[in-house]
Amino acid sequence: MSQAAWRNISIGVSGFIVLGLGALVIANPGKIFFSWTFFFEVLIGGLLAGTLYSLVALGFVLIFKASGVFNFAQGAMTLFAALSLVRLIEITNSILLSMALTVVIMMALAYVIERLVLRPLVNQDVIIMFMATIGMTFLIDGFGQLVWGSDVYPLNLGIPQDPFEVQGVLLNQFDLVAGAVAALLVAVLAVFFQKTRIGRALRAVADDNQAALSVGIPLRHIWFIVWTVSGLVALVAGIMWGTKSGVQFSLALIALKALPVLILGGLTSIPGAIIGGLIVGAGEKLAEVFIGPLFGGAIENWFAYVLALLFLLFRPQGLFGEKIIERV
Amino acid sequence: MTQAAPLLSIQNIEVIYDHVILVLKGVSLDVPAGGIVAILGANGAGKSTTLKSISNLLQSERGDVTKGDIRFRGERINGLSPSELVVKGVIQVMEGRHCFPHLTVEENLLAGAYTRTDGAAAIATDIELVYRYFPRLKERRESLTGYISGGEQQMCAIGRALMARPKLILLDEPSMGLAPQLVEEIFEIVKRLNREEGVSFLLAEQNTTMALKYATYGYILENGRVVMDGDAATLRENEDVKEFYLGLSAGGRKSYRDTKHYRRRKRWLA
Ligand SMILES: Nc1ncnc2c1ncn2[C@@H]1O[C@H](COP(=O)(O)OP(=O)(O)OP(=O)(O)O)[C@@H](O)[C@H]1O
Ligand SMILES: [Mg+2]
Repeated sequence: MSQAAWRNISIGVSGFIVLGLGALVIANPGKIFFSWTFFFEVLIGGLLAGTLYSLVALGFVLIFKASGVFNFAQGAMTLFAALSLVRLIEITNSILLSMALTVVIMMALAYVIERLVLRPLVNQDVIIMFMATIGMTFLIDGFGQLVWGSDVYPLNLGIPQDPFEVQGVLLNQFDLVAGAVAALLVAVLAVFFQKTRIGRALRAVADDNQAALSVGIPLRHIWFIVWTVSGLVALVAGIMWGTKSGVQFSLALIALKALPVLILGGLTSIPGAIIGGLIVGAGEKLAEVFIGPLFGGAIENWFAYVLALLFLLFRPQGLFGEKIIERV
Repeated sequence: MTQAAPLLSIQNIEVIYDHVILVLKGVSLDVPAGGIVAILGANGAGKSTTLKSISNLLQSERGDVTKGDIRFRGERINGLSPSELVVKGVIQVMEGRHCFPHLTVEENLLAGAYTRTDGAAAIATDIELVYRYFPRLKERRESLTGYISGGEQQMCAIGRALMARPKLILLDEPSMGLAPQLVEEIFEIVKRLNREEGVSFLLAEQNTTMALKYATYGYILENGRVVMDGDAATLRENEDVKEFYLGLSAGGRKSYRDTKHYRRRKRWLA
């Protein structure tokens, strides 16, 4: 079928969905409570929760850009990092020492992955690399639980969790901290990528790895660095999610939540990962609160995927998918 | 060529892709220090493969040098990684230019200095040096290389290689897809770099006329074998080269006997 035909069909389908929703809203005026304060409260809460999705998606984007590998194990890495941190804090009783040790562990993990997975599989098809990361997911999950245990571990780094009010809008301190941390992390990464020698080399590899090789940039070092960086991003994401809901196996599943974020934002774009996360976070909270009651609730769990599906139909490269420079 | 030991010397190398495809069948060649040597030949003759076996970009294309020696300043360099070779002073400018499209011209040059350890000041000096040879790059320093013209990209690729302070540049088809005037301009700069900066060149070219105009020595490759070699001047005057590679022939159409002569010669040389 031609592309135009697909387009018409998808326009039809989404028009139908919008009309249907509109009809539902009009037919059920009593069910939904709406006020602007409440709207902003939900919106801001959603945006801040969305930064956590952004963090997970960021890890994917970093690795995908530098090595063209879609790292299915990002969620497992997030869980593994958080688990290591929680258990090390129990053992050492020192948050700082445990952080440092966890960083070392994530570097070791990056090294092992480069040595045992990436290096032997270099130049293989992307699908083979993807399968390899699926394998890694199970290994990392299994290994993490074997070493650190598989209970639910509360994580408390002293981040305040109290709600407070601004102009009648109720906010949570933790969400604000999470937002600030995500913003800081992105700023640090941006400076690292734009201004440092290694960052420049990472971008060079992402652009054309053969050419990078030809000027003497050793791909192995670069892969190690980029997997380490995304391991650290996983650690930050793991800390945030772990603080919010305890460190437990379900953390590994948030990788699945990152998929719609990636589809929205584009696989190769760091700003895309951030904004995609915000849209998904805000969108699903708003949908849950204001449309959810019409469906009997619980649409938060699948809203992001519907959104992603619409994006796949209309803008498969995502909002910020890197412009492909065509001229030679 | 002088009697001094060559800068680069390849002895009888054989290259196999994917463990089965035999592409180079015993190629030998020398690049004297300070020389510009051309490898000529038709599509698929094995020119790029020869260059890649020196720079070891072959490794990442699942190619292997299975026989023979590659020596740089007397030292055997088979199997060294591309980045080790760049540190030693051998760098390849790939066919099709391969700039980093989402990096600016200046960032491309800086990326070329990745292996250097002599500090930011020395690197900044060399960026100015590159701009002196390629003034157009200076004008475009802030542009993404994905958007500059093909000629500028070729200049950027050569400039980027210079940033590694190489002794030998392996230059693969610099003329590809460029207007004749631009090709001339680029070859002029290659010649100046050779003379003024002491960089030696091994270049692979299909543009035989241009290559033999600027090179000091040439090798003709066919089907993975060297079928002829000699001083550029000698090759330019050679009847077979004139007919088959320069597209000229002295007295109208050549007779079948001449072609046979060429074949005979080829077999003998191979
Ligand atoms: N990665 C590869 N795997 C398998 N075969 C290859 C590979 N690269 C090159 N070849 C083969 O090796 C032969 C020589 O290729 P090479 O690129 O060296 O030729 P060339 O002389 O540079 O040609 P051109 O002028 O078209 O660039 C060709 O037959 C090509 O099909
Ligand atoms: Mg070639």
